Order: sequence, then C-alpha cells, then structure tokens
Amino acid sequence: MLTLTHFLVLAAILFAISVLGIFLNRKNLIVLLMAIELMLLAVNFNFIAFSHYLSDTAGQIFVFFILTVAAAESAIGLAILVVLFRNMRTINVEDLGSLKG
Amino acid sequence: MSMTTVIFYILSAILLFAAVRVVTAKNPVHAVLYLVLAFFTSSGHWLLLQSEFLAITLVLVYVGAVMVLFLFVVMMLDINVEKLREGFWRNLPVAATVGLIMAFEMVLILTNPHTGLADYKAGAALAADASNVKVLGRQLYTTYLLPFELAAVVLLVAMVAAIGLTQRSRKDTKVVDAADQVKVRSQDRVRIVKMQAEKNVEAADTAESGEQQA
Repeated sequence: MLTLTHFLVLAAILFAISVLGIFLNRKNLIVLLMAIELMLLAVNFNFIAFSHYLSDTAGQIFVFFILTVAAAESAIGLAILVVLFRNMRTINVEDLGSLKG
Repeated sequence: MSMTTVIFYILSAILLFAAVRVVTAKNPVHAVLYLVLAFFTSSGHWLLLQSEFLAITLVLVYVGAVMVLFLFVVMMLDINVEKLREGFWRNLPVAATVGLIMAFEMVLILTNPHTGLADYKAGAALAADASNVKVLGRQLYTTYLLPFELAAVVLLVAMVAAIGLTQRSRKDTKVVDAADQVKVRSQDRVRIVKMQAEKNVEAADTAESGEQQA
C-alpha cells in the first residue's frame, strides 16, 4: 500500500541528490542548470503527491505553472549561456569574474 | 506487496540512479540523456498518482522541448570537459555531508508518526470515465484564469528575451534600416550651391591681348 510518505521521501532524496550535484559541478554551468531542473522536479513531486492524497486538484494546477516558469527559465538560461560562450569561449564559472569590483 | 508498490519501487530505483548519473556524468551529453530518463520515469510516478495530464505534459513539453533544447545547446558548444572536471571530487566530502544530512533530516521528519502523514489515505479510485484533463481545464479557465494568462505572458517574454539575446545580424546583408530611412531630411542629402551660370572666358582673353598690343 503506497502512502504519502513514500512519495515525499522519494522527493526529498531527489532534492538532496540535486543539491549534491550543485556542490560537485561548481564549474560547469550547464550541469548546474540541469541540477536546478532536478530540484524543480522534486518540488513538483511534493505538489502532485499532496494533490492526490488530499483529493484537491489545486496542487496539479500549481505544477502546471511551475512547469511553465521552469521552461521559461531554462530557455533564457540557455540563451545567456550561448551568448556567454560566444563572447568568452568558455562556460567555466570561475572565468566569469569580469564584473568583479 | 501490491502491484503498484512494486512498480513504485522499480521506478524509484531508476529515477534515483538517473539523478545520480546526471550530476556525476563525465560527458554533458550523457548527463542530458540521463535527465531525460529521470523525467520519463517521474512521469510514470505521476501516473501512479492519477495525474495523467501532467504526466503527459512532462513527457511532451519537458522531454520533447526543454530537454531537446538542452541537448542542442550542449552539442553546439565546444566544451573542454577535462578542464571543467578539474577538482571535481575535491568538493565531495562537503557535498556528501550536506546532502546526506539534508536527506536524513527530511526522511526523519517525514517518517515520524507525529507528523500525521499516515492519516492521508489515497483518494478513492476514480471512475473509469473520469477525466483528469476536464477537471484541470475547468479549474484553469475559471478559478485560475488570471494566472493562466500571466503564464502565457511569461512564456512570450521568455521567447522574446531568448531571441533578443542570441540574435546576431550579419555584416554583409544589404538590408536598409527603415527608421534611418524615415529620419532622412532633404537638406542632409542635397547641397544647393549658388554660382554663375556661365563665365565669360573669351572676353577676358581679348582684353588681355589688346593690352599687349598697345
């Protein structure tokens, strides 16, 4: 019998893995973006699990909007990444110190 | 164990494996492909939770559009992976500590009987002709109409921003800027010079020769 706890624990572990990913891939901007996508997925898991176990569809509507914003975010993030690579020939986070005061 | 529980554990194992490979894969292309696997597997989880519309949206919109965009960008950029991987495992002690503590704390809280999460029983099985899409659509176009319109504006702004950021005009095109063309005034282009229509060259010559003769 599946309970709410199953899904919440799964989402928690998924979130922890993506935090781990952000720590490990500190230099690689594109994998950082992917780790953020994984985090959003974990959050969506919570919304959908609660939506199911509370029999309330509002949670699913929220996931719909989160998906919209996440798509917009990754589109702009990748556009910035492409412009960055065109100008500096690198996506290494450590080389992006030109705004330093 | 019932069938759904077995499916849940199989899907969860695949999802967590894919997530770990996303953050540790050496090649960014492999990372994107594992991310696709993670999204696909979670859409299976969402089907277990009876949210069919979002499960299909996740596959169509996320795997079909966003992940392909990721793949496109990763393949387009010429990334020196070796340089980015320098000192990759150096951060592992801190990362593992933070990650394990976070996961441990959350699991501790969620599995504690005092939180009362066990009181939430799964919703009654839906009727065979129950439509998740219909329910969501009705809510989206009544209660959440304004947020829905705002979401459309967010997508439009994102599209304009992405095009504006990456667009680059070619130098050898012969396109005329319409704004510059409208701004032109006639006095900038045409200069009117006042001068005599003809100069009497012969008369001057005869006068000169007459002086010499005299």
